[in-house]
Amino acid sequence: MAREKRTVKVKIDNIRKSFDSRNGEVVALNGVSLDIYENEFITVVGPSGCGKSTLLNIIAGLTKPTSGTVYCDGKEVLSTGTERGVVFQQYALFPWLTVKGNVEFGPKLQGIGKKEAEEIAMKYIEMVDLQDFTNHFPKELSGGMKQRVAIARAYAANPSVLLMDEPFGALDAQTRTQLQEELIQTWEKEQKTCFFITHDVDEAILLGQKVIIMSARPGRIKEIVDIDLPYPRNQETKMLPAFNEVKNHIWSQVYKEYLEVRK
Amino acid sequence: MKVETTVERNKSRKNADRQSWIEKIPTKGWLLLSLTVAVIFWSILSVIPSTARSFPNIIYVVESIGLMMSRGVFWQDISSSMISVLFGFLIGFVLSLPVAILMAWYRPVQYIIEPWIQFIRNIPPLAYVPLVVISFGVGRTPQIIVITIATFLTMSITIYQGIKNIDPTLIKAARVLGAKDKDIFFKVIGPASLPFIMTAIRLGTAIALTSLIAAESTGASAGLGMRIRALNNTFESSPMLLYIIVIGVIGLIFEKLIKILERRLTGWQEKREQ
Repeated sequence: MAREKRTVKVKIDNIRKSFDSRNGEVVALNGVSLDIYENEFITVVGPSGCGKSTLLNIIAGLTKPTSGTVYCDGKEVLSTGTERGVVFQQYALFPWLTVKGNVEFGPKLQGIGKKEAEEIAMKYIEMVDLQDFTNHFPKELSGGMKQRVAIARAYAANPSVLLMDEPFGALDAQTRTQLQEELIQTWEKEQKTCFFITHDVDEAILLGQKVIIMSARPGRIKEIVDIDLPYPRNQETKMLPAFNEVKNHIWSQVYKEYLEVRK
Repeated sequence: MKVETTVERNKSRKNADRQSWIEKIPTKGWLLLSLTVAVIFWSILSVIPSTARSFPNIIYVVESIGLMMSRGVFWQDISSSMISVLFGFLIGFVLSLPVAILMAWYRPVQYIIEPWIQFIRNIPPLAYVPLVVISFGVGRTPQIIVITIATFLTMSITIYQGIKNIDPTLIKAARVLGAKDKDIFFKVIGPASLPFIMTAIRLGTAIALTSLIAAESTGASAGLGMRIRALNNTFESSPMLLYIIVIGVIGLIFEKLIKILERRLTGWQEKREQ
């Protein structure tokens, strides 16, 4: 990777987000600034309620920050945009569309012709290895397959940044492991900028070039840990001493925040 | 203690036996059995002196089909009622769709309209029939109006609640894929509310039938509901019972048709475990 010419893809500049609640103002995020470089894979860990999902929604343009700005390719983010794709934890597939219908939803909205949209859809359906399920409806798929469709759908809209909100959180351990490896392989091939939220420290290290540790409410960036583990990464990477070293460090930091929340 | 457990064990064994026995008979067999039980029950009612007058022998009731046909009213009554039910239902449906969408889309509209829909919905149609007659006179129009009102109220609330309950992540997912408001409306809200629209149709047809008697008390010249009232005046219980059964059968046919439509249109739905 050409680490020298690093362009900032997404710039998060001093974001604050607060909500009004019955007990007064709740600050979800405060003073969050971060540069996400092109083709970078960033993972975010932190205790529940630290505002990681809120941050992702703000980058996606689904939520407006109370103050601060997000820039994508130098332009201020004011609403959603197809250059920022999102994969949700609960798949969010359109149940009335087949696998193909779901994946070609994005290309079709972008005004791409029927035949070409279909070709794009097929390419990504093959990427997630679901070519035998092209005409199946989501209800006929397992959780892992549904999330594969969601990933293919996000890719098919051709975003330059992929935002993933605990995409594997609802899956069983085995499926999760499998999808993690697939995601690494896809990322190595497609080289898209990824912003991946998880509460699983192992997952964060395995996938990320950088792990962002967030603090408990109000959510702030507590530490950014560079992960210098070699590629290609797979489950064996978890056996490396370096993996465990960094895992212990991150885990202890996250654990402190858990204790903070429990107080 | 020991005795209890043996009893329990016997019970559960019996349960297991019954289970397998129940499953051995096919659904159609059960349907036939259910019909037989009903006929036996009816026959008993037709023998007991106190109920015999309202439940004449099944043969008389079947024979009354011929009687009503010879009077030339049987098909006329059915078609007249069907015209009122279908038009009333269709107008009610066409009105309820935009009202439901407006209520779901603009909160002020909901705040103003919904309480009144809920309020009127609980009033039996028979109660406001005289008011409809005062304004619209007798004949086909008031019949259709009564059914329209009744179906509209139920369907608009059902569809509105359905649209409100659409998973917001689906809308988010569409937005991040580049959907504009128009796309969200036609490509997400539309198909996502289809199951609720089907439920509304199911409820609407049922309501249309149940308000038939009320609708036809507006001085109708024909119709199933009107005829039942007329037969009541002459104490002809056989054809009366026949007409009641006809209404039930029509309801059954409606439901079957809607089920077929549902399977076609919303077969993609995740089946909830019961």
